Amino acid sequence: MHPVRQYRRAQPGTQPEYLHPAYTSTAKRSPTRPLVRMPQTLSEMTGPIFGHDAVGAGPHDDLTKQHAGEPLGERIVVSGRVLDEDGGPVPHALVEVWQCNAAGRYRHVNDRHDAPIDPNFSGCGRMLTDAEGRYRFVTIKPGAYPWRNHHNAWRPAHIHFSLFGRAFLTRLVTQMYFPGDPLLPADPIFNSTADPRARDRLVSTFDWETTQPEFALGYRFDIVLRGRDATPASA
Amino acid sequence: MHLPATASQTVGPYFAIGLDALLRDDLAPTGVPGHRVTIAGRVLDGDGTPVTDALLELWQANAEGRYAHPDDRQERAADPRFHGFGRVSTDAAGAFRFATIVPGRVPGPDGALQAPHILVGVFMRGLLKQLVTRIYFPDDDATAQDPVLALVPIERRGTLIARPEPVGGFTWNVILQGEGETVFFDC
Ligand SMILES: [Fe+2]
Repeated sequence: MHPVRQYRRAQPGTQPEYLHPAYTSTAKRSPTRPLVRMPQTLSEMTGPIFGHDAVGAGPHDDLTKQHAGEPLGERIVVSGRVLDEDGGPVPHALVEVWQCNAAGRYRHVNDRHDAPIDPNFSGCGRMLTDAEGRYRFVTIKPGAYPWRNHHNAWRPAHIHFSLFGRAFLTRLVTQMYFPGDPLLPADPIFNSTADPRARDRLVSTFDWETTQPEFALGYRFDIVLRGRDATPASA
Repeated sequence: MHLPATASQTVGPYFAIGLDALLRDDLAPTGVPGHRVTIAGRVLDGDGTPVTDALLELWQANAEGRYAHPDDRQERAADPRFHGFGRVSTDAAGAFRFATIVPGRVPGPDGALQAPHILVGVFMRGLLKQLVTRIYFPDDDATAQDPVLALVPIERRGTLIARPEPVGGFTWNVILQGEGETVFFDC
């Protein structure tokens, strides 16, 4: 077999643990037995590669243009790069995003929050990164919404992200937050990661370069997928 | 330069909005060679309650044991019709079902062949990062020598092996906690 560089394992504190008692749903849904540590094989080191057919036709990178009218709310542009842990771009990677509307309501049958549905907003986007790992989409700023985790629990405004890199092991589902949100310090999901620097990397930055005059404020959110070790291990 | 990987966050209860477009419950379109099977099961939480908002992602090789991926450099036939990716969500009973073909054997650590298996990534509200597990098939001499199953305590290996049903097809469940807790991997 050719020598392969294994994917790096997470540095302590940079990823959440499965059991995080402050987030009450983890209590019955996190494994109680230790994970079985295993070497990475061809199965884990490959993974689905998606092309333009997975994105499909339509304004999937502009969530404000998917209906007859424009959604209500503050229009924003979100852009960034998808990188590996060596800082190299992850090109042609599939990015899926979803979010609630400006009033804090998801277009989902299980969302019973008493806030209006916006008939002009689905809250779903998809795109591929370009050759330099860049992505960009237009949307409206999502609202905060209440949830039942604890008394007076409110999720800070966020956009859900799903990414496929080069391997099954680089799969990432995360959430992007907004700078200065007063709800962040009280949010058990945001605070599930121990290392405060790792948490801060989930907060987008306001970005003049992405901001477009007479159109929309811009936010920058770079995403880092697992990278490979420097030294090859024999396969 | 070293940038730590971005922290995972839960997929939450409303992932269908963003992820349903790529649902794939049939991995093997007509004409793809291989032994066709359906695999169905349920996702259960620590109280044995069905998880009605789980998402499972699947990844497997074709019947020849070849992955549709440039890093698979084996000299085995690829099949442009077979991608190997699946995505299914659970219904109101916590149940899921998908159809595929039994994958071929692929190399494991040290070049020893692995038994046929499907990789599974599990996502749901209350899971802050994905769980990784595997589906193997029963009555296969290969499972006895599989280098990954060999790492699993013998009394827990059954959680990774799909059970054939008399009416056809296989059952394989995800049990998050307790009696029969599914083996999840750190890889
Ligand atoms: Fe959310």
